[in-house]
Amino acid sequence: MIELIVFAVAGLACLAGAVGVVASSNPVHAALSLVGTLFGIAVLFVAQLANFLAAVQVIVYAGAIVVLFLFVIMLLGVDRVEDLRVEPLGGGQRVTAAVVAAGVLGLVLTALASTGWDATGAVGEVDESVPDINQLGEALFTRYLYAFEITSLLLVIAVVGAVLLSRRVRGEQEIVDPGQAERQAEITDRIARAEARASATNGSDDEDVEREPTPAEEVRS
Amino acid sequence: MTAAIEVTPAWYLVLGAVVFSIGAFGLLIRRNPLVMFMCVELMLNAVTLTFVTFSRMVRDTGGQSIVVIVLVVAAAEVVVGLAIIVALLRKRPGATADDVAILEG
Repeated sequence: MIELIVFAVAGLACLAGAVGVVASSNPVHAALSLVGTLFGIAVLFVAQLANFLAAVQVIVYAGAIVVLFLFVIMLLGVDRVEDLRVEPLGGGQRVTAAVVAAGVLGLVLTALASTGWDATGAVGEVDESVPDINQLGEALFTRYLYAFEITSLLLVIAVVGAVLLSRRVRGEQEIVDPGQAERQAEITDRIARAEARASATNGSDDEDVEREPTPAEEVRS
Repeated sequence: MTAAIEVTPAWYLVLGAVVFSIGAFGLLIRRNPLVMFMCVELMLNAVTLTFVTFSRMVRDTGGQSIVVIVLVVAAAEVVVGLAIIVALLRKRPGATADDVAILEG
């Protein structure tokens, strides 16, 4: 009975979070919904006796990955609301996406149903009295040692790649905007005209001061 | 008194399949690269849930071991992917997935 309640609550959290990620118009809300799904999955891990993985799930996903998402959202200022009636590609793409997602779901469920909802074959010899962390440690450091070592190499490559990608190259043109030069010239021109008007009204004070040519005048000459 | 409903592993598998499908649907309809990335995370999590379920069903630690490796790969993937998204959005604020070509060259 308790397992049923745990499954129902955690499963609902998972589904609500997943729908929230897809349907939120604000990326911050999507990231927070993702936390709901991750916690639900962690609870389901505990329900399946994978306590260590549940802890790692909360620490790595909720503690690191979602925080990284939120940092990127806040730092880049993309936390604006999108119009979901326009923003997801309209009409055709939405229908196609629904068909593809339903197809994937149907395929998996059919595969599962074809085994009589009992999709298992060989049964291993795990002793459930040994804590899962001991079993996991033994498996990772003996049978799967090479895979485990390669992940460390992968992490190093990821760190180097992230630094390289997010490095700001000096002198690089920041914003690619076709009309930027014209607008900049117009703004400096307007500032120059305002300055000229201001100096004309109280021109007697600084008449003899050599006025520096404004950038717009330099451009025009 | 009715018999208590037993939660079989198939329930977890179905839940994993549903979450995976929602993630796939979101990945296909959203254009904001950050939200698309979150949908990929959803799909990864659905698969890890399936792996843990199978690990318990067949009484083997292989499933749990591969979940640890998936976690590491997901962390590395997020780091590199977010770096690419930062580079993209810095070049053109409000960029969507259609604008990734501006990173060329």
